[in-house]
Amino acid sequence: MTNVLINAPKTARRGELIELKTLILHPMETGFRPGTNGGIIPRNIIQRFVATWNGTEIFSMDLSPAISANPFVSFFTVATESGRVAFRWSGDEGFLAEESVTIDVV
Amino acid sequence: MTWSDRPGRRPALVLLALVFGASLAAAQVGADTRRSGYQDMGPALQKMQDDDTANPAMLFVQLGEQLWSKPAGAAGKACADCHSVADMKGVAVRYPAIAKGADRPLDLDGRISLCRTANQQAEPFAPESRDLLSLTAFVAHQSRGLPIAPPDDPRLRPFRDHGAEIYRRRQGQLNLSCAICHDDNAGKKLAGVTIPQAHPTGYPIYRLEWQALGSLKRRLRNCLVGIRAEPYGYGSLDYVALEIFLADRARGMLWEAPGVRP
Amino acid sequence: MTAAKSSLQRRAFLAGVALVSVVAPQAARATPEAMAEAIKAVVGDRPVREGRVTLDLPPLIENGNTVPLSVAVESPMSEADHVKAIHVFNEKNPQPHVFDARLGPRNGRAQVATRIKLGDSQRIVAIAETSRGEFWSASADVIVTLAACLEELT
Repeated sequence: MTNVLINAPKTARRGELIELKTLILHPMETGFRPGTNGGIIPRNIIQRFVATWNGTEIFSMDLSPAISANPFVSFFTVATESGRVAFRWSGDEGFLAEESVTIDVV
Repeated sequence: MTWSDRPGRRPALVLLALVFGASLAAAQVGADTRRSGYQDMGPALQKMQDDDTANPAMLFVQLGEQLWSKPAGAAGKACADCHSVADMKGVAVRYPAIAKGADRPLDLDGRISLCRTANQQAEPFAPESRDLLSLTAFVAHQSRGLPIAPPDDPRLRPFRDHGAEIYRRRQGQLNLSCAICHDDNAGKKLAGVTIPQAHPTGYPIYRLEWQALGSLKRRLRNCLVGIRAEPYGYGSLDYVALEIFLADRARGMLWEAPGVRP
Repeated sequence: MTAAKSSLQRRAFLAGVALVSVVAPQAARATPEAMAEAIKAVVGDRPVREGRVTLDLPPLIENGNTVPLSVAVESPMSEADHVKAIHVFNEKNPQPHVFDARLGPRNGRAQVATRIKLGDSQRIVAIAETSRGEFWSASADVIVTLAACLEELT
């Protein structure tokens, strides 16, 4: 099941500045909270978010436990050529999620 | 807090009809002073709810949409095999309701659970489970923007009256009723937070305090725990009665689901 | 959120300046010193100038679990002169780092938005690193209100 929401335009003019917004289902457990048994709930966070446009990295972010649950990240990029914008989230406990959108640049 | 110096409230069942009449009349003549919790939030949180790509509850609506067309249970049927999504428009705003042939009311997640066990012949969803909340959010989302429209079903009346009685009953170690906070002191601050009028306009909601989606029942449990009262069990009819009362009290207000609340 | 900008106090922040702490040192707890150290680890001994960075947060935070935050940096975002990284720090969460974002000329606009957790009222610092080796910063003092009715641990 895909647990990611991406907001990106389907088409853009060449050279147009576009905003990409991403939302992913993830608890972002800090590793500092006590659980019901009195022990600390182990840390479980997304550590890294990377966006690529036709394979070339356009943006990345290293996340800390201070990023809220179900992380939202948005950024801008210049539409260069038609193709696939891919997003990749990786983190604790082997977490890996990938999603991509196609943008037509005219 | 200035509650300690307030005169005590006694349940005044006789007045209930008047109160209902008054609120309905107010809604009709445009002197409506009712406010959704949305209006008590700052612009940053309102924006979070309004933007579907920023509203975290939309992740669950998306999960619900996937579950909608996934077959489940011995019947091997998906929701989509019997219902069209378009038919779900307007459903959430008229729940809780009493289904055909039933003798007691169900709220929306209760109705979805019944469909799952009776028609799909599947294992019941656990209360507040992600799947149940997601399906409920998906169905609730179809009614966004519609006015809350509880059915005029005389069979609902005793349940609504019971809900009203709970709403006005002092409970818990703090000896507070719902009404003391949400009628008498709504709009004032409790700790740093504005006390809302408690209209169920956006459930299930993504509550930032929970960092998750939750039902109106979970929110009511929070209130009960907050006043140090014993919360009802998730399957309790008391919650449904309160939900019927609250839906009636919010009649005509616009449905926002899935809402974001602090 | 532009309204928040005007009502928030922005103060100069100089890396390496010793900050007076009013928080007793504790294990696993960021302090103004810990934040200064974390910043020093990123910028080294190079100067950090106030300006060019806009840090947007609601002035009054209704719930510290999910605080919308946006950082925008004035920059031509050209090959010769662009923002390489945006770092955000806090002084009272368990750890001083919030996030480090890497950007380049392809971004066109040096602006990042996310949502963060803030356990208490505190100062947030955003630092932008440019391709020319400059560091620009902005800071914001935020008030985190506590929720009234908390849920029991289940």
